[in-house]
Amino acid sequence: MSSPILKLIAQRIALGLLLLFAVSVLIFVGTQILPGDVAQSILGQSATAESLANLREALGLNDPAYIRYLKWLGGILTGNLGTALSSGQDIASAIGGRLWNTLFLAFWAAVVSVPLAIGLGLLAVRYRNGFIDKLISGLALASTSLPEFFIGYLLVYFFAVQWQIFPGISTVYDGMPFLERMKAIALPATALTLVVLAHMMRMTRAAILNVMQSAYIETAELKGLSPFEIIRKHAFPNAIAPVVNVVTLNLAYLIVGVVVVEVIFVYPGMGQYLVDHVAKRDVPVVQAVGLIFAAVYITLNMIADIAAILANPRLRHPK
Amino acid sequence: MTTELDHLARLAVRGGISRRDFLGRAAALGVTAAMAGTLADRAFAQTPVKGGILKAGLQGGESTNNLDPATNLSQVTFNFCKQWGEFLNRLNPDGSLENMIAEEIGSSDDAKTWTIKVRDGIEFHNGKTVKAEDVLATLERHADEKSKSGALGVLKNIKAMKAEGREVIVSLAEPDADFPYLMADYHLVIQPNGGKDDPNAGISAGPYKVKVNEPGVRHGGERFANYWGGDKLGHADQVEIVVINDATARLAALQGGQVHFINRVEPKVVNLVKRVPGVSVEATSGRGFYPFNMFCDTAPFDNADLRMALKLAMDRDELLSKILFGYGSLGNDFPINAAYPLFPEGLEQRKFDPEKAAELYKKSGHSGSILLRTSDVAFPGAVDAAQLYQQSCAKAGIKIEIKREPGDGYWSEVWNKKPFSLSYWGGRATQAQMYATALVSTAEWNDTRFKRPEFDQLLMKARGELDQDKRKVLFHDMATLVRDEGGVIVPFFNQFIDAAATSKIDGWVANPQGEMMDGYALGACWLKA
Repeated sequence: MSSPILKLIAQRIALGLLLLFAVSVLIFVGTQILPGDVAQSILGQSATAESLANLREALGLNDPAYIRYLKWLGGILTGNLGTALSSGQDIASAIGGRLWNTLFLAFWAAVVSVPLAIGLGLLAVRYRNGFIDKLISGLALASTSLPEFFIGYLLVYFFAVQWQIFPGISTVYDGMPFLERMKAIALPATALTLVVLAHMMRMTRAAILNVMQSAYIETAELKGLSPFEIIRKHAFPNAIAPVVNVVTLNLAYLIVGVVVVEVIFVYPGMGQYLVDHVAKRDVPVVQAVGLIFAAVYITLNMIADIAAILANPRLRHPK
Repeated sequence: MTTELDHLARLAVRGGISRRDFLGRAAALGVTAAMAGTLADRAFAQTPVKGGILKAGLQGGESTNNLDPATNLSQVTFNFCKQWGEFLNRLNPDGSLENMIAEEIGSSDDAKTWTIKVRDGIEFHNGKTVKAEDVLATLERHADEKSKSGALGVLKNIKAMKAEGREVIVSLAEPDADFPYLMADYHLVIQPNGGKDDPNAGISAGPYKVKVNEPGVRHGGERFANYWGGDKLGHADQVEIVVINDATARLAALQGGQVHFINRVEPKVVNLVKRVPGVSVEATSGRGFYPFNMFCDTAPFDNADLRMALKLAMDRDELLSKILFGYGSLGNDFPINAAYPLFPEGLEQRKFDPEKAAELYKKSGHSGSILLRTSDVAFPGAVDAAQLYQQSCAKAGIKIEIKREPGDGYWSEVWNKKPFSLSYWGGRATQAQMYATALVSTAEWNDTRFKRPEFDQLLMKARGELDQDKRKVLFHDMATLVRDEGGVIVPFFNQFIDAAATSKIDGWVANPQGEMMDGYALGACWLKA
């Protein structure tokens, strides 16, 4: 591999890191702007002036903001995310389990949805403008157009209440047997799949169709290749950059955008964890989760960009 | 007749009616006394079945929860605490006290010195014996000014405490005849050394040992073999609470058979839930109410005529039927209902009277609109309630302007800060405690700024009075004062609406002290054989 491409990739990674740093500042500032403070939120209606003062003192909320930012950043760089103000638990270990749950669900949703979306996209191109294409596009668009909570409730109504095939609540815990765990996440994974399917499918279809207009596809047709062979050998590799882009974008969504699905299926993931702590003004947790989400997003986008760079033959084989 | 008798027997088994009611109603059905007696014996002697796993899907749990009973606030921690925790005493469904760790709570004649005798031979989950010192340390921890305990207010009156042998002796600054009721506060879980070493340890002497504690996800308990109460509680081998904050998901979990109980069924879906086979809706009148609070010391609400006009302009029947769908009872502008012991009877129910309201409103001399603040977090339907009130006020010529406040910060920025807003109260164990928390001049949560020396004196007298009849008269006077001159409009009291899979479980007894049988549902119910 040549140096210009390495340089490009290195630049892209450096940019990602810089972005992450900027996000950390933004997150910190954002959490400072929120109304009310954590002591008030923890005590809620039962707050009295003295219990508030006691709690603020105990939580170290009286330091100036920049000192708290530097302390926080230093902690993160040394792998210490601090302790949750509201429950006193170590954030890193609490997030660990939650993050793993979220990744587990996202992974299986991706395993189902990505090949399915690309496969359906290829199929739609093969039979473009025909009945199959319209059927695939129609169903996928319909499932995306329905709000995810509605899809969730439909799945619960039929699969959990009416037929009782899968559990309607997806509580998973450590030491749960693998098969039971898979059964528990069946419905949320299905809901997520339905939500992200259309975007990836449509993008695959559009990207490949775009390539299909090129002269070399005509050549391939003229040399007698079958339609699927043309798509597989000539069209798809050249459409990979936009497809990878939309796939990673959806992967990021599977990880950071699943709050609603987690709430409906009572799945103990990061989204639910974040929402609980925003409500409690538990700033260290909100900051840590926000940063992890940002990191996931930035990393996946970076991977998409790098894949696009690598997929570009002009960059791979410079003259 | 037999089906009716069956129904009666089932009611009796579930505690829906008393033995006496059962015999009376069975007689009305033409059953001979002897036969009814046998039936009653059978129904009432039904023994719990041991074993299995009982599960509840509950609203009100967050990943920010912990096991420290002092910070016990939301429903999930409340319910879980009742499984693993043990208390000095508890409130029975009829409002009487049942001693648990306390063998006896006795008072001096002036109700200022109280002696708690600790029952012998009760074992903590860690194998140690419950001693008077543990009880003392528990009270000390919760009474500490630095503590974050929700029971701090309840214990503020304690001047000094000491342990002597098997007894804890508590001296109060002011007399309080209700002291034993205060000890039943749900924060006061007796912990080894009061939880001073590790408040989050989850160790007490309740029927279940903490086995799983994943805040915001699930909590599980395993039957404690050496539970002191024997068969009193703890029939299932294991209990589990799954946190399900979404109302639809909760219902689906009950219908799908994943849980046996759920709490907080929304009033608007109750009639649908009733049609689900194998599930029964348990609506119990509690002490919670949803007030409209006016500050008595802030214009324009410092005018007694205006306050009365606003009270008379409230169409309570409409609010009860449209906001609570009938699952509640009418309020009468004082914070007490029949669920309290010594409820003051005979006070006339205040009714919607637009003419009288208009007349008083004119007399008050106020003009222009009145700003009412509301929010979804005040109580479910609070925004709709404000709008209905706006319409009924319009009929009396009173213009209400509604400001919808964000839910975030409602309890810190609006409630108890702004002069006219919607709120909720969960109620307290006794009338004196409720008044002391919300209506006495010096109370921090006097959210109507009702500051009346004569009221404070009445309360003081009532707290020191051990004669129940005299107390009842005092409470009657206090209620009258608040109802006619106070700043709180109480349109209705709510009900706890739980639902249980009665095709699979048995043992449910309605309890007005709190939702889910005051939190004891998992420990007191059992799986049918």
